[in-house]
Amino acid sequence: MIPEIGQLSLILAFCFAIIQGILPLIGVWKNNATLSNFAVPAARAQFVFIALAFICLGYSFYANDFSVLYVASNSNSHLPLVYRLAAVWGGHEGSMLLWVSILAVWTMAVTMFAKGLPKSFRIRLIAVMGLVSVGFLAFIIFTSNPFERLVPAALDGRDLNPLLQDPGMVFHPPVLYMGYVGFSVAFAFAIAALLDGRLDVTWARWTRPWTTVAWVFLTLGIAFGSEWAYYELGWGGWWFWDAVENASFMPWLIGTALIHSLAVTEKRDAFKVWTVLLSICAFSLSLLGTFLVRSGVLTSVHAFATDPGRGLFILIYLVVVIGGALLLFALRAPTVGLGERFEVVSRESMLLANNVVLAAAASSVLLGTMYPLLMDALGAGKISVGPPYFDAVFVAIMVPGIFLMGLGPLAKWKKTSLPEIGTRLRVAAVISVVSALLVPSVMGKLTLMAAVGVFLGIWVMSTSLILLGNRIKTRQAAVPNLIENLKGIPLAFYAMLLAHIGIGVFILGVTLVKGYESEQDLRMEVNDVAQIGNLEFRFEGAKEVAGPNYLSSQGKFIVTSNNKEVAVLHPEKRFYPVQGAMMTEADIEPGVIKDLYVSLGEPLENGAWSVRIYIKPFVRWIWAGCILMALGGVLAFSDRRYRVVNKKNTKETQDLQEAFES
Amino acid sequence: MKARHKRFGLIAVGLLLLVIAAVLITKSFRSNLVFFFSPTQVEKGEAPKSGSFRIGGLVESGSLKRMPDGLHVQFKITDTAKSIPVQYKGILPDLFKEGKGVVAEGKLNKNGLFEADQVLAKHDENYMPPEAAAALEAAKANKAKGEAQ
Repeated sequence: MIPEIGQLSLILAFCFAIIQGILPLIGVWKNNATLSNFAVPAARAQFVFIALAFICLGYSFYANDFSVLYVASNSNSHLPLVYRLAAVWGGHEGSMLLWVSILAVWTMAVTMFAKGLPKSFRIRLIAVMGLVSVGFLAFIIFTSNPFERLVPAALDGRDLNPLLQDPGMVFHPPVLYMGYVGFSVAFAFAIAALLDGRLDVTWARWTRPWTTVAWVFLTLGIAFGSEWAYYELGWGGWWFWDAVENASFMPWLIGTALIHSLAVTEKRDAFKVWTVLLSICAFSLSLLGTFLVRSGVLTSVHAFATDPGRGLFILIYLVVVIGGALLLFALRAPTVGLGERFEVVSRESMLLANNVVLAAAASSVLLGTMYPLLMDALGAGKISVGPPYFDAVFVAIMVPGIFLMGLGPLAKWKKTSLPEIGTRLRVAAVISVVSALLVPSVMGKLTLMAAVGVFLGIWVMSTSLILLGNRIKTRQAAVPNLIENLKGIPLAFYAMLLAHIGIGVFILGVTLVKGYESEQDLRMEVNDVAQIGNLEFRFEGAKEVAGPNYLSSQGKFIVTSNNKEVAVLHPEKRFYPVQGAMMTEADIEPGVIKDLYVSLGEPLENGAWSVRIYIKPFVRWIWAGCILMALGGVLAFSDRRYRVVNKKNTKETQDLQEAFES
Repeated sequence: MKARHKRFGLIAVGLLLLVIAAVLITKSFRSNLVFFFSPTQVEKGEAPKSGSFRIGGLVESGSLKRMPDGLHVQFKITDTAKSIPVQYKGILPDLFKEGKGVVAEGKLNKNGLFEADQVLAKHDENYMPPEAAAALEAAKANKAKGEAQ
């Protein structure tokens, strides 16, 4: 009964999505208030039914209802409850349901919080989101129904892929999707603006907080995923340039460009056409990511489903959404105008450079990701693009961009003087160069890569601090009290500092782990000792342990330094009988300076094991940097300015609304 | 007038940088393309003599041998028509099994031994890397053609 209720809810949600997507658009076009007024109630009704469908699927997992095909394929009665619930998005159908549920959450948020907008604009916004939802719901209902029954019912399920039985599975997909799908709001804002012919400072001000929130989720989602891969896959990598990772990284790069370009549009009324294009691209890349991950075209951990019918559907959907948006863009963009002029050396041109760098980086990733798929589809043979391509090209493109990050925030709008910025940054330059020589030498060997990396990391951080110092100094005359002074600086400024420092922390982490990690593959007998640097890893043997749905060989390693115990590590080799799968569970002693990482390979004769031991210096800084960036995003979104502006807007908006309705 | 000249100059520099970037990207792209060959193709000598490539198929049953140091392993990759010996140092992935699909990346040495520096065997037991599946398909098609003649 429950699955049928879920199915029915999906169909009802589909109907409401059609109403939400079509009637209000006609209403605004024909100036018919009755039709326009369908937007909000339809969107809310859609939300209720999608939520109901989601709860029904969750209940089927909870109740181990193996008469539902999707539950039988992705769960098992021995699977712990928390993973049974996370298994809702453990396969293709449920992931699509998660996608559309999160779209409904975002739409709901728009109906609740985007109140300051002019009526026609708000209605178009909601309608565009409805249209996006129509396509996805149709996809679920016609090709990927999670409620399909299995006759006769299975006695037990085939279990969730053991790789996914991890706390990471609980957080990573929903957070990542919040980011992916969140860009649909920026997309809808852009489309509504193109339809409305309203592309101005206020439009940018409305779009900014929504885009920032989506970006925060995406940043955290990617960071979670990276950390998960690091400990789960057992070989200590945190980024593989896997197509699935690239699929989430491309929208992030474009989203980052969008955040900066929106700032220019809001402050200077410039870059408008470009901003709209970025909004469209960010969401298009999110859709492409969904397509890449979900259609089974990839050889990857994430490609659960292989069904060309689904691929074709998504392909058509992509063409309609992206093609339609770009067509509208081509028709409407020329009427927008260029906005305020600016000098060659100004903050605008710095931000333009930032955008060019980020767009170029995203394009190079796109090339490396799509080219093999394209060649394969054309029957031109199977090829793959190796990580060295991405490493080399990505770093080469980003280095000048990161350098400019130090200059940009110091530049003034409209016109600025380079020598003046240079003088202000002398100290930062000295600190960065000294660190670039010193840090690698302390870590071990001075290499060009390490020196450049450390230079850039410290450069970004030190220029940010100098910027703060400057800000304090200019305000000192008016506000002598330091605390009051700091309090008076807008949150948005701190937001930028925090996010930029996050980039610096991230760069240091990447540089030091890449340059100074050590890896050893060893054959270890019981009581063997492996010496790495000043650390001794003693293997005390492995014993059998039974988990809730697996059997495990659990090794014990005692790590000592100068005869003092540093850590005890218990890496495991698990066997999941339902899927007949082996899983390596590494054990990690995390630390600010370094991670100790041990994983078991295979059992050899006489209780010996092949063992992999890593020392990963500063690897935590990678994710700490991401968290700082996300915190920066949260601060940016919390800036008082948006609230004040929103109130002011309401007055302005009411006038517009009256004009519209009369 | 001066500002305009400056602008043109900057645009020119920008374009030049873009062109350089594009050239570098394509170059790096070309040199990092990894091609895929089936054991039959390797046997025929179609694979590069020097330089990395990928080879895929099934791990031949009974071919897995572990060297006394416990870390070097040898096995054969087969597409059911031909098989190629592979050597690898390191820990094999969890899903590496005899009779299951596998893809290895590395170089062919002078004795025809494939020295792998990466072995991929991802996903669940029913899953086959597409390259491995393609190699098997091709071998099957060839066999059918051979029998018809």
